[in-house]
Amino acid sequence: MSLPTVLQGRAHVYARAHINTDEIIPARYLNVHEEAELAKHAMEDIDVDFVKKVQPGDFIVGGEDFGCGSSREHAIWALRGAGVKAVIASSYARIFFRNAVNNGFLVLECPEAVAAVQDGQTLQLDLEAGVLHIHETGATFTFVPLSDFAKAFLAEGGLLPYLVARMKGGAA
Amino acid sequence: MPMTITEKILAAHSGRESVRPGEIVNARLDLVICHEVTTPPAVEMLRKLGITKVWDPTKILVTPDHFVPNKDIKSAELTKALRQWREEQGIERYYEIGNHGICHALAPEQGHVHPGMTIICGDSHTTTMGALGTFASGVGSTDLAAGLATGELWFRVPESILFNLEGAPQRGVFSKDIILEIIRRIGVDGARYMAMEYRGSALPHLSMEARFTITNMAIEAGGKSGIFPVDAITEAYLAERTPEKGTRFESDEDATYAQTHTLRVDELEPMVALPGLPSNGTPISQTKAVKMDQVYIGSCTNGRIEDLRIAASVFKGQKVAAGTRAIVVPATTTVWKQAMKEGLMDIFAEAGCVISTATCGACLGGHMGVLGADETCLSTTNRNFTGRMGHPTSKVYLASPATAAATAITGALADPRDFLPKPVAEEQQMWGV
Ligand code: SF4
Repeated sequence: MSLPTVLQGRAHVYARAHINTDEIIPARYLNVHEEAELAKHAMEDIDVDFVKKVQPGDFIVGGEDFGCGSSREHAIWALRGAGVKAVIASSYARIFFRNAVNNGFLVLECPEAVAAVQDGQTLQLDLEAGVLHIHETGATFTFVPLSDFAKAFLAEGGLLPYLVARMKGGAA
Repeated sequence: MPMTITEKILAAHSGRESVRPGEIVNARLDLVICHEVTTPPAVEMLRKLGITKVWDPTKILVTPDHFVPNKDIKSAELTKALRQWREEQGIERYYEIGNHGICHALAPEQGHVHPGMTIICGDSHTTTMGALGTFASGVGSTDLAAGLATGELWFRVPESILFNLEGAPQRGVFSKDIILEIIRRIGVDGARYMAMEYRGSALPHLSMEARFTITNMAIEAGGKSGIFPVDAITEAYLAERTPEKGTRFESDEDATYAQTHTLRVDELEPMVALPGLPSNGTPISQTKAVKMDQVYIGSCTNGRIEDLRIAASVFKGQKVAAGTRAIVVPATTTVWKQAMKEGLMDIFAEAGCVISTATCGACLGGHMGVLGADETCLSTTNRNFTGRMGHPTSKVYLASPATAAATAITGALADPRDFLPKPVAEEQQMWGV
């Protein structure tokens, strides 16, 4: 995998259900698609201070149906551009999840952890073991393991590099 | 093995005898639709990987729609990139402004959507086209890029939810009210990852336009797709637009559904989704007369000719209330012209509405009616999320074009049944619902 197997970062908790892509990156900024530009407005309609608080390597912790609404992949790019390393949520909306997988961006499902993590705590994610550890409390949780399909894309850096590799291999 | 219509389409496009929900298939694509917001990033991704040719330019349709006519320099650059790309790829199905339209309304209207197709577009309301018996699903730019390069895409075969729509809707109740009731019942993630399939005795009362409104909002329940079976109404719609008949798939009687719901359409009253989520549907009789700063009639949900006819029938001889702004946005240029021909534009103009060219416009808070802080808007669009149409403190209510027009006249949330002309049997039929 191109990702390190253990990630550590701070949690930004937005545990509400149905956080939608309009909140993650409002449509008024969709006239560009550069990650650095989009990053300036990441999470703006849910928390205007998010971009001031976020550090590279941090995580977002969200509730049910995270990323619902518009299909804009800009939501993934805005988060990644802002330095977010992974999202941990109770569940995901379909297109957001698909976009994340296609981008090799880490999205993990772990409802138990979402209920336990406090804003600002430090989390360790062990991707091999499938375990999330809260540094401050010592609590650990197992997250839904990544599908083989998602792993294959993550290993190649996303759907497109995966397809290119396949085309070069003559398999397509 | 018994299969649903969706399973049959996916099986047929992945060279399989049968497929089951949960399986991942690589499906052949029949149509890829491109607009200026999500396509340029896809094109850039392909260029970076050295992929300079699309798989088949005859299977791609391109129209700018979100920010047209260009609202600022950045959106002009996006549209320019889209235009240049389609030229260099030799894509002939291109709809420049003057012929353009919101892609989900334009593609079926211009006869490019045929039953049995697989369709993707970098836009979540691609589900709209399932009304013609297709598998149509929204994707992001990476999927779009993969589809454009290879003509195939991976899909997890969705479970299906069956909705039996029964009875004929009463006067003042339209397909928008039906879908708002469905989303109220199952919630904004009630159909997450699933196909929403419709059947029942209400179908002969639902015109193609009415069906598009229902499949359009599949994504508002988290759905992957929405689908109607092909019937005489579908065939008549197609016959006016294309010599193609497509392939008619039907669900087997003993196909498996994750859930089955029955909705008595004849018991519904007009619905309004209160601000925040499309699932906040409330029967109009239980709402307060909230003052509206703006009324917006348009979008891929409710900007078709039938919608404008309904709105005009309410506006006829009436005036927009002082203190309320009303904006009418036909979904496509063809709808615009037709509305002009039928005299609907005169009715809107006389009533004091602003009429725009086809655009996504304020539906996504882009332009042509963006809301300021704390403003209220009754909109015929599909999303009322925080900040969707402008300032994060603005409030969006969703309803049918009839409810929207009635609200524009009174200046506050109003029941359309107080304004609609008395029922004339054939007219009711013509409007579908
Ligand atoms: S009209 Fe609104 S919902 Fe439809 S495609 Fe345009 S922005 Fe999206």
